[in-house]
Amino acid sequence: MSFSWTRVGAILHKELRDYRRNRFVIATMAATPVLFIALPTIQLIAASTTGKAVNLRVGLSLLYMLVIPVIMPSVISAYSVAGEREQGTLEPVLTTPIRREEFLIAKALAAFVPTLVVAYAVFGIFLAIAALFAHPVIVSAIYAGTHVLVQLLFTPLLAGWAVWVGIAVSTRTTDVRAGQQLSVLGSAPPLVVIALMSLNVITVSTALAIVLAAALLAFDLLAWRAVAAMFDRERLVTGNRGRSTAGR
Amino acid sequence: MVVEHLSKHFGERIAFDDVSFEVGVGEVFGFLGPNGAGKTTTVRTLGTLIAPSSGSAIVAGIPLSPKNGPAIRSRISMMPESPGLYLRLSVRENLECFAGLYRLDDVRGRIGRALGAVSLEDRARDLCGSLSKGLRQRVGLARALLNDPAVLFLDEPTSGLDPVATREVHELIASLRERGVTIFLTTHRLEEAERLCDRVAILNTTLRLIGRPDELRVQLFRRSVDVRLRAPLDDPETVFGAVADVERWEQTPSGYTLAVSDPDLVAPALARALVAADADILSLAESHHSLEDVYLELVDEDVEAKSP
Repeated sequence: MSFSWTRVGAILHKELRDYRRNRFVIATMAATPVLFIALPTIQLIAASTTGKAVNLRVGLSLLYMLVIPVIMPSVISAYSVAGEREQGTLEPVLTTPIRREEFLIAKALAAFVPTLVVAYAVFGIFLAIAALFAHPVIVSAIYAGTHVLVQLLFTPLLAGWAVWVGIAVSTRTTDVRAGQQLSVLGSAPPLVVIALMSLNVITVSTALAIVLAAALLAFDLLAWRAVAAMFDRERLVTGNRGRSTAGR
Repeated sequence: MVVEHLSKHFGERIAFDDVSFEVGVGEVFGFLGPNGAGKTTTVRTLGTLIAPSSGSAIVAGIPLSPKNGPAIRSRISMMPESPGLYLRLSVRENLECFAGLYRLDDVRGRIGRALGAVSLEDRARDLCGSLSKGLRQRVGLARALLNDPAVLFLDEPTSGLDPVATREVHELIASLRERGVTIFLTTHRLEEAERLCDRVAILNTTLRLIGRPDELRVQLFRRSVDVRLRAPLDDPETVFGAVADVERWEQTPSGYTLAVSDPDLVAPALARALVAADADILSLAESHHSLEDVYLELVDEDVEAKSP
């Protein structure tokens, strides 16, 4: 039986329906934009318009934006498998013809798509507020250099990394809360590089930004392969490591 | 379904060992055993959730192998003891999700028929979280019927249900049997197995017994006659000893039980002997051993065998 997008769609559709009725997810999705628009916007509007301080303020503000694709998907994806196991819904799903690749991609998309929508929406709102209320020097500093490119490029890549870390943790943990904390922790390392770029510790050219993005993309693909290899139906159902034969 | 010498070990622990049996098309096969006997692990293994340690099996006509996992799972359905529904989704939304996972066509029609089979058409829009345990169990059954499975695995389908809901589930299983669905029924309710199953297997890590419930009784218990009298006999040994074919007898709280080779042959002579002894006969009939007696006898044997 070949890979089926119908099965991916069935899980994805179910997840999105479930999110809409899950207060925890709604609260996370609502609080994140509010928090991540308010703080950088205040910082930007109140910023000094002279010297290095402008670049630093802009970099710091934009760093906030990139925390969204790290925190949000790691919290959601850490729930994806462990939450189903906790509710007792995992076994019925695994007894259907769904393949592990279909299951994992569906779970990943269910965390990835809302994250991308929220992160880009927040960035758009931030740019609009900056254009309306910030000093022209600050606005031109936002568009100068590679800030916007970094935002557009690294948002999905950071989210991808966070999603796979979250799912990896989720397949191995039995405690959803502990899994979410571990997942956020595991998703953070790439953010250090982004922070160094945003704070101008590393001077980023367009070429370097693209190279770093390609490296992160490679890590994302490796993470996907690792998570697929870790996916073990037997372990998920019984808690015991299975022979490879039950994996598909 | 053909299972040959199937075993599953978790390290040193043996979940089930050297299990072999066959289940025919349209048969309702009962799988009984005490807690920890390996029933659920066997079902999970046949459902391709767990890899066997050794042995082989054919499920729904397909050899059990990792490559065939998705193909087997598309031809079977499993309902675990807890139905595992998405509680924030409605009944229909739950079924739609699984219809997608099975890549079914005519989703609306299939959902309608599955809900009709469990009499839940009018609850399709209700959130599963708002349903009682019995109704959730029925939704779980509807979900298991969506893909018209060749083999349906039911793990304790009436666990926690009230008598009315239990009767409805029994009626549903009976109607599925009429439709030719092979049903693999794991249950603790022995009267349920006796009533619904064509054959039963009793598992206690190894397969202890397999057959029709009436065959199991014959295999395990000698035939006997129960005699109830208004008052105990003064000299039972003289009365029973005079009747040919009575091999031995014992007094019970309600009368006497006599081991015999053929109750039909012995009963008339026994009745005459009792009348001759001035006994007032209340009843005289062949002893009936329930499946529960068979089950307890086997489990007790295992406990005795394990004790030092």
